[in-house]
Amino acid sequence: MEVLESVFESLKVYGTVIVMILVFFCLGRAIVGPGAPDRVTAINIIGTKTVVIIALLSLIYGYDYYVDISMVYALMAFIATVGVAKYMEKGALE
Amino acid sequence: MWPYISMVLSIILMLSGLFFLSVGVVGLIRLPDTYTRLHATTKCDTMGAGLVLLALALQSDFTVAAKLIIITVFIWVTNPTAAHVIAKAAWITGFPPIKKFDRDFIDGGDEK
Repeated sequence: MEVLESVFESLKVYGTVIVMILVFFCLGRAIVGPGAPDRVTAINIIGTKTVVIIALLSLIYGYDYYVDISMVYALMAFIATVGVAKYMEKGALE
Repeated sequence: MWPYISMVLSIILMLSGLFFLSVGVVGLIRLPDTYTRLHATTKCDTMGAGLVLLALALQSDFTVAAKLIIITVFIWVTNPTAAHVIAKAAWITGFPPIKKFDRDFIDGGDEK
C-alpha cells in the first residue's frame, strides 16, 4: 500500500510537470497558427489543461479551495472561447 | 481491500488521462487543417481531463470529490460546445477544409 501511495504521489507531481510542458506546445501552436480558428482552438485547449493543473496542485498541496478556483476557471475559459468565436463570426459582439 | 483497488484504479486512470492529453497535443501540432485539429484536440482533451479529474476524485474527501465530478461533467458539456462554435465560425469566415490527405502536408501545409 505504501508503495502504491508513493507511486501516486510522484505521479501527481510528474503529471503536473508533463501537462505544463504540453501547455507550452499549445502556446507554440497559438503563436504560429495560420488563422484565427487555430489560435482559438489552442487557447481553448490551454484553458482545459489549466483546469487540470489547478486541480492537481490542489491535491498536491492539500489546499481544498483550489478546486473552487479550478471550477471558476473552467467557466471563464468556456465564456472566453464562445465570445471570441462569436466575434470572429459576426465581427461584433451582439 | 477497497483502498488497494481505488489506488490501483487511480494510477491507471491518471496514466491513461496523461496519455490522452499528450495525444491531443500531438494532433494539434501535426495535423494540417483547422477542422482536423479541432477533431483531434476536442475529443482527446475532454477524455484526458475527465480521466485525470476522476483519478483525483477517487483519492479525496467527499466534498472535494463532488466538486471534481461537477467540474468533469461541466467540461464534458462545454468542450464539445466550444468546438462546435469554433468550427461554425471558421466555416462561415471562409476557411476551406483540406481536400486530399497527402504526406506532403508536413512540408507544404496546403491542399493538393
